[in-house]
Amino acid sequence: MSLVRRGRWITLVALVLLAGVYVRALAFTPIERLQGPAQKIFYLHVPAAIWTEAAMILVGLAGIFFLFLGDPRLDRFAEASAEVGTVFATIVLTTGPIWGKPIWGTWWTWDARLTSTLFLFFLYLGYLLVRGAVRDPGLRARYAAVLGICGMCLVPFIHLSVYLFRTLHPQPIILKPSGPSLPDSMLVTWLFSLLAFTLLYVGFVTQRYAVSLARDARETAAAQHG
Amino acid sequence: MLSIEGLRHVYGPVVALDNVSFMLAPGQTLAIFGPNGAGKTTLVKVLAGLIRPQRGTVRVDGGRRAIGWIGHESHLYDHLTVRENLLFWASLYGVPAAAREARAAGVAERLGLTDRVERPVWSLSRGLAQRAAIARALIHDPRVLLLDEPFTGLDLAAAAELRVLLGELRGAGRTLVLATHNVDEGVELATHVAFQRRGRIVHFAPRGGRDAAQVADAYRRAMSDG
Amino acid sequence: MAELLRQAWAVARKDLVLELRTRTALVSAVVFTALVLTLFNFGRDPTAVPTLDLAPTVLWVTFTFAAMLTLNRAFQLELENQALEGLLVSPLSRTSLYWGKLIANLAFVAVVEAVGLPLFVLFFNVSVSRVLLPLVGVIALATLGFVAVGTLFSALVIRTRFAELLLLVILLPFLLPPLIGAVQVTARLLAGRPLSESVGYLKLLAAYDIVFVSLASFLFRFTVDE
Repeated sequence: MSLVRRGRWITLVALVLLAGVYVRALAFTPIERLQGPAQKIFYLHVPAAIWTEAAMILVGLAGIFFLFLGDPRLDRFAEASAEVGTVFATIVLTTGPIWGKPIWGTWWTWDARLTSTLFLFFLYLGYLLVRGAVRDPGLRARYAAVLGICGMCLVPFIHLSVYLFRTLHPQPIILKPSGPSLPDSMLVTWLFSLLAFTLLYVGFVTQRYAVSLARDARETAAAQHG
Repeated sequence: MLSIEGLRHVYGPVVALDNVSFMLAPGQTLAIFGPNGAGKTTLVKVLAGLIRPQRGTVRVDGGRRAIGWIGHESHLYDHLTVRENLLFWASLYGVPAAAREARAAGVAERLGLTDRVERPVWSLSRGLAQRAAIARALIHDPRVLLLDEPFTGLDLAAAAELRVLLGELRGAGRTLVLATHNVDEGVELATHVAFQRRGRIVHFAPRGGRDAAQVADAYRRAMSDG
Repeated sequence: MAELLRQAWAVARKDLVLELRTRTALVSAVVFTALVLTLFNFGRDPTAVPTLDLAPTVLWVTFTFAAMLTLNRAFQLELENQALEGLLVSPLSRTSLYWGKLIANLAFVAVVEAVGLPLFVLFFNVSVSRVLLPLVGVIALATLGFVAVGTLFSALVIRTRFAELLLLVILLPFLLPPLIGAVQVTARLLAGRPLSESVGYLKLLAAYDIVFVSLASFLFRFTVDE
């Protein structure tokens, strides 16, 4: 099976799973007492936020290995991961305000966590802009790797700033030292959603990787005929 | 000694170096001729260590400290005087602090710049700037001198002086590599002659007794077939 | 190590001499600082917002933007006559080049800040005499971090179109942690709180400096080579 088709299948499975998550979330999971139905967006928002950060870290790791090994596959992966990360950051930044309006009473607030996703989004945009601004493939890969590594190292600093800064954001309820504190049915739904987003990430990255692969193959072919 | 083996370098679709190998001993001078875009500048930059070739190895006895490079640009700071430029580059090449002034005055005199050393580089004419650029490349008395179109911008008298200077350096056991698109320039200096075409060295031989006209004839034949 | 520092100083000294001769970047940045501080004074309602609430933000936004203006200078001046290529061919180590540029950039930003701070005190009528020493310390701590990242990125964008604009875009997310830290500590200092209340932010700033100065020193070699 070709890479594109494999990516499409994974994406399809992920989307079906995500639909399933929402059937379960809307029909079979209790409505949160304080937040009401708006809480349902949490199943979309939090996994997307996790993968926004994870994608940046993977971009940085790919960058480190690229600088040492010089394998173009690592660069193609970093490119794909950054673009998918940008899409996920967009999901976080749209679902956040939709949730924030009924709960906080305002579309946008300079809450530190939302702000840090916004900065991550800017980081992705800068990364993609640099990729677009350099024509030579070797140079582009090297510059992107350097920026990706710096971006990866910035993620914990953005987090540190978040914890030090006064925040309106709900405190983490799943990934915290004392263990998750939400009803089992919600946790199960959320875990399914995380799985769906993981597959979505893999599916998107696979397809995007295939596009880069085709582009590189075309460039190589042009080099041999030119 | 200078030796390269199996060099290959491409820019996207353009092949600048294609399996280039040769070896030069002290006192030998290689003149590389080729049309624009043949990859001469890339070859010189690879020898200088500015470009890391995608494949192949470069070995120069004494490393970076032993190399003098005259490129298309002067590598001089416009707002520093000729003397200040020479002193700066001398310090980067590890010339002892006590010897720098004397060395700078020496190369300036050798290139006829003595009465202009206190002038900022921006105020120099094209030809004088080219002489200052040559002085810069000679400041550390390099064992290997790489010259990329060094006669550009020089008037007839200055070009003749440069030929005399290069002849002296060859006599003193320096290795010289001279890249130019003009077969009439520098043939009489060369102990070896190479023709480069589309990244490939299509001819590499001792000059023997050939004069400029004979080399030019061989060059035309090498460029016309295939 | 001694050789590394000697070469770094040679580069920094050369940059300082060049800047003192032309003064363009430095004077522009100082004038910019004065203008921004003036504009902020007219852009606020003195009866509605207490000066002390706004002052730290104004100070740091001014400092970071003025610093970004001077960062472009570092490698822009090396493109004149392609001096950068000369540096890369010379035995100058990449780390020395980075440190030289970092030292020069820090010196320029320090001048801008030394002019900006008294203007800030004058325009915003804040009293800093009691906290001058810790304030200068915080300024130094925050400045080192973002100038280290900015110096790396200015080398990264130098071969792209719209280098100035691209530098601003990719540097912005990296300003968040030092900016938050510096603003918070400055606010506490100006409000007469003891330094012990700011330990968290000071640790954040120090960690940022350590991580990004070492990271940039290591990654720089991958940005300047062609």
